[in-house]
Amino acid sequence: MSLDVFSLLAIAAGAFFFLAGTVGLLRFPDALTRLHALTKADNLGLGLVVLGLLPRVDWPLGALKLIVIWLVVLLAGATVGQLIARVARQARPSP
Amino acid sequence: MTLAFDAILIATVLAVAGWTIAARETFAAVIGFVAYGLLLALVWVRLAAPDVALTEAAIGGGVTGVLLLGGAARLRGVVAAPDAWPAATLRLAAAALSATVAAALAAVVLLLPDPAPTLAPEALASLPATGLGNPVNGVLMAYRALDTLHEKVVLVLALIGVWSLAADRAWGGIPGQRRPTRRDDALVFLARLLPPVGIVIGVYLLWAGADEPGGAFQGGALLAAMWLLAMMAGLVTLPAVSSRWLRLALVAGPALFLAIGLAGFVIADAFLAYPEAWAKPLIIVIEIALVLSIAATLGLLVAGPPEQAPPR
Repeated sequence: MSLDVFSLLAIAAGAFFFLAGTVGLLRFPDALTRLHALTKADNLGLGLVVLGLLPRVDWPLGALKLIVIWLVVLLAGATVGQLIARVARQARPSP
Repeated sequence: MTLAFDAILIATVLAVAGWTIAARETFAAVIGFVAYGLLLALVWVRLAAPDVALTEAAIGGGVTGVLLLGGAARLRGVVAAPDAWPAATLRLAAAALSATVAAALAAVVLLLPDPAPTLAPEALASLPATGLGNPVNGVLMAYRALDTLHEKVVLVLALIGVWSLAADRAWGGIPGQRRPTRRDDALVFLARLLPPVGIVIGVYLLWAGADEPGGAFQGGALLAAMWLLAMMAGLVTLPAVSSRWLRLALVAGPALFLAIGLAGFVIADAFLAYPEAWAKPLIIVIEIALVLSIAATLGLLVAGPPEQAPPR
């Protein structure tokens, strides 16, 4: 029961961060701030969703798989964020 | 609950497909296509076809996406202006043709008797003879081995087609344009960190494919992706297309498959038949050679035709 509540809270919090990231993507004024909203919120959102799912899968293999998925997404998100930001900064007219 | 999920998934797939067709910029359309491929992989998961889902994600979303991105990058300077688009009648005709094909396919699927005719029970019943545990792999490597052999040969033919676009002076040279000398630190970091993980998972997909979802194509696509990552980061230089070991790697899979298939006349009773006691080891040996050839072929397809003069 308490584990269910924990899962629910963590996944709901994760979904909230995804929502916040999407709102940021749509509302922020330029590429760099949009990227910031997207990568930060998604990394945290996915982390919370994984945290919420951990009590519901087999320990240790299922849980480790989920954690590895989160780590790989963190790595990919951080790298792609850097790459897009670099292109965006070069394309932007200097102030 | 699952019905709501399926409905949202289907609506999203259709919306992304429509957006991909409607997108005016080549680059945007390619991004739409990649997203479409990944969503389609989710659809296959919902249809309980994880083998197809893995292939769709690796090929439809991954390799084809990179191929199209490369094409879009090359076309950047020469993209036709929007007013130079094909005439409205031509576009309407294309839309009508596509809609007819889609409607016919939908009709065929919807008109199937219930339960649909299936060979699945027979496929499962004969599976122990192959020594495999994954019926999809049984179909690919035993029941319909001829199709799989053709598929791998077609892949090599496609690469020959790409190579034949090379200019005369670059023939036999190194594929792709010369990389910029300035390295991108973030990309180099990723290309150093990810391949050890990706190579292990690629080999695992090949090995697990005998009994669980996975197989040579999925594993090969993942290995190719790791090679491409190192290639794009400038960490590895490509071999010249005239290199002998490279050509050996390209044909090793199909050639071994064909050789063992021909040996089937002697050691079993037909072309591409395996003697029952040896079925699984033979299939694994073929798949190991295939995964090497698939990875090399997919990587070189993305790298493009030779553009740098061969080393003297």
